[in-house]
Amino acid sequence: MSNEIAVQHGVIPHEVHEHHDGHHHHETFITKYVFSQDHKMIAKQFLITGIIWAIVGGLMSVLFRIQLGYPDATLPWLEDIFGHWAKDGKIQPEFYYALGTMHGTILVFFVLTAGLSGTFANLLIPYQVGARDMASPFMNMLSYWFFVLASIIIMASLFVQTGPASGGWTVYPPLSALGDASQGSKIGMDLWLISMAMFVVSQLLGGLNYVSTILNMRTKGMTMTRLPLTIWAILFTAILGILSFPVLFSGFILLLFDRHLGTSFYLSDIVLGGNILPNEGGSPILYQHLFWFLGHPEVYIIILPTMGLVSEVMSINARKPIFGYMAMIASMFAIALLAFLVWAHHMFVTGLNPFLGSVFVLLTLLIAVPSAIKVFNWITTLWRGNIRFTPGMLFCVGFVSMFISGGLTGIFLGNSTLDLHLHDTYFVIAHFHIVMGVSAFMGMFAGIYHWFPKMYGRYMNNTMGYIHFWVTMVCAYVIFWPMHYEGFAGMPRRYYDYSGWESFKHFVELNRVISFAAILSFLVQLMFVFNFFYSIFKGRKVTTQNPWGANTLEWTTPIRPGHGNWPGEIPEVHRWAYDYGKDGKDFIPQTEPVGKDESTH
Amino acid sequence: MTWTEYFVVIILVLIFIVIFQIAKASEYVSVLKGEKKTFEQNNRINAFLMLVFLVVGLAAAWWCNKLLYKKTLLWLPSASEHGEKIDTMMWITLAITGIVFVLTQILLFWFAYKYQANEKRKAHYYPHNNKLELLWTAVPAIALTVLVSFGLYYWYKITGEAPKEAMEVEVTGHQFGWEYRYPGKDGVLGRQHFKLTDAAKGNPLGQDWKDVANHDDLHPSELHLVVDKPVKLIIRSQDVIHDVGLAHFRLKMDAVPGTPTTMWFTPKYTTAKMKEMTGNENFVYEISCDQMCGSGHYSMKGTIIVETQEEFDKWISAQKPQYVTAHPDGAPAVAATTAPPVSDSVKAATNAEPKAEH
Repeated sequence: MSNEIAVQHGVIPHEVHEHHDGHHHHETFITKYVFSQDHKMIAKQFLITGIIWAIVGGLMSVLFRIQLGYPDATLPWLEDIFGHWAKDGKIQPEFYYALGTMHGTILVFFVLTAGLSGTFANLLIPYQVGARDMASPFMNMLSYWFFVLASIIIMASLFVQTGPASGGWTVYPPLSALGDASQGSKIGMDLWLISMAMFVVSQLLGGLNYVSTILNMRTKGMTMTRLPLTIWAILFTAILGILSFPVLFSGFILLLFDRHLGTSFYLSDIVLGGNILPNEGGSPILYQHLFWFLGHPEVYIIILPTMGLVSEVMSINARKPIFGYMAMIASMFAIALLAFLVWAHHMFVTGLNPFLGSVFVLLTLLIAVPSAIKVFNWITTLWRGNIRFTPGMLFCVGFVSMFISGGLTGIFLGNSTLDLHLHDTYFVIAHFHIVMGVSAFMGMFAGIYHWFPKMYGRYMNNTMGYIHFWVTMVCAYVIFWPMHYEGFAGMPRRYYDYSGWESFKHFVELNRVISFAAILSFLVQLMFVFNFFYSIFKGRKVTTQNPWGANTLEWTTPIRPGHGNWPGEIPEVHRWAYDYGKDGKDFIPQTEPVGKDESTH
Repeated sequence: MTWTEYFVVIILVLIFIVIFQIAKASEYVSVLKGEKKTFEQNNRINAFLMLVFLVVGLAAAWWCNKLLYKKTLLWLPSASEHGEKIDTMMWITLAITGIVFVLTQILLFWFAYKYQANEKRKAHYYPHNNKLELLWTAVPAIALTVLVSFGLYYWYKITGEAPKEAMEVEVTGHQFGWEYRYPGKDGVLGRQHFKLTDAAKGNPLGQDWKDVANHDDLHPSELHLVVDKPVKLIIRSQDVIHDVGLAHFRLKMDAVPGTPTTMWFTPKYTTAKMKEMTGNENFVYEISCDQMCGSGHYSMKGTIIVETQEEFDKWISAQKPQYVTAHPDGAPAVAATTAPPVSDSVKAATNAEPKAEH
């Protein structure tokens, strides 16, 4: 096995904080729970903030699903809550578009980027590489507080008179650049852009920290090829973010210039509502290039960490090594590399040069190869395992199922010929919700159920976990599977009402079924949230140090570790993280030296 | 809130309390029965549900297809020749991905069921197998090569140059509607510039009246096309990005302000024929805006009528040039017939400069 190639770099003992059991220096409530520099606390902060955002974003989808499922209904209570946004009990178009836009923004960035990477990178990097904390705990804290700042600003935008941004989460100019083009393009759009700029700062502070910690602070013996796949996944994620978020940032800054300083980066030849604008020479397509140069890696920023989480949780609960460890790393590397070379597949129908389009077709479909390798490796990991269906493990199986379903439809959309028909239809909605929405949530849930005992020293309730999984799984397919058919009918996305269309009006009943499943699935997520918070205080207590029988280093720390993680010295690592079921032993922790008569592979 | 709404909320809360109580109770039961026994029982139930999900899921997928297939466009022949290629590509892709989907889902859930934890069995230590990994690198790579080859072959056919005999029509999007411009008898779309736009003076498309090619350009409210005759759309936008979405022709192209785009195709069936084929008396070819363009996005509809050459000729001869509408007193009436022919109207249109200071 290649993990025996022990390249002994990064083996610098980090004994700066010699007797670091977390109680030596004075901790106040503020330094422990608010401005904490402890990676574990920051992880919890990211997770709980992410959960709050997920509830807000999910609730928005419930509201616009009510509109889609019941376009003729009048619900007076909506007007009681939302005032003129739901005049006469009907969600207004501006409100509908604002809901869709904010749902996308919140779920993609605030939940599945910050909430997901923020939680598991912070929690797992120091634990699993064997470090007392991040390379820069202070930067880590800043990363969280910039995220909070971004959150506050975007939350504020929900309450301004003209409403939040409403041009779709991609905020394409000129729609987003011209205040007169849409209510949401007024002050709400400025707040959106400022919030996202803060968000990029948060991501860069976090990402640089993740990379430097993984590269420099591994414990003795922890070579790169002994790292758990979670850490590899987070490493690739962080690198993607560091290289692509600045490009997005520049795109947003230029958009702000166009909005307020009279520049014409994205604007040309515009007659808006009879007004001839002076801008000439810009191109809205430039924005799309800048946006998707992040936008596409972004979907891998979302899905890669969950691939790592799933690989780890699946291997532990199948009591088998992850199949093809090196192939898993190689495929993640390939995905991360290709992620930068496929962005224009979002732009096949913008008038892009067809030859350029064909290059992007080739590179896009190439991504299916490493993705397929990963799927087959996961399936083979289950083969002849001895599977324990913890809630975490259930979500791993769900993740793979969803990733297959959503990945295969990517082969349709990545093919420019089919994209001509399917672009911006419900097929796209189905595709990306399954592959990076539901899959990512499944991976995240797997991680939360699995590492909850490490975070809080208690278990989450299993029965509620099982119900959560099965209802989510069924609802996810009921919601998104039929949407492919709407896509095959050419039904465009982002429509407030289809009743005026001869070509698309026959899906009313189907939309009602989908809306019903969406609401049910939202309620089940609320049950999960209840389970989460209830279990923090009242869950069954963890009584053993290593409840899952796992190999990685976090389970060598005390049940409730203090700041610094290990009371004594940081343990030394002697093997890879996946010796499950080897030589008749159920598991062999990474800290156990390789025995003399141990079989090699 | 009405009493039914209160009722629904109360029911939901009650359901939740019941679930919560069961969940709590099951934890106590597991303490009484012994954790090991409870674990084994739960594991068996979940493993069995994996199998149930697989079987019921596949059956449901089949049932869903039965219910919805006729509501899609999959069964209806494409209304354009390009669309036929897209449909062929669709079926190739559906076949390949369909096989992979069914096989991998069966393996996944079957393995999950079959290899559930069992005291008597030990997990098989199986960290890697280069041959297997090579196999499932090579097979997807070959399958994708097939898909890419077909895809690009069709892609170049569809995006290639329009035939010379193609009819040219300009489609311009704005919040929230479509405008159409036909080149008139000279077959040339006159120059235009956005700064000349003045809807009040009968010039909503910014036509440059100094260009005589503009004098016979027509500006009807519907898009009429001739069956079996290629048409090239020159697509523009006046304000934000729109998209000309033609579901029945299987085509789509963005309307980008400042950058005209083009798309060509050959309609195969007249609107009347499509009414017959779909069995829908109200059938109509619709242009849907497929790019988010503001609060009226969902209502940005255009209508296309595909008809025979005779019907088309009759219709177009009844249209009045926009130039005449814009100059009701017939002021600078210049004989349009003397217009110098411009070979490439798109180029003429894009290179137009702001000449007039109306």
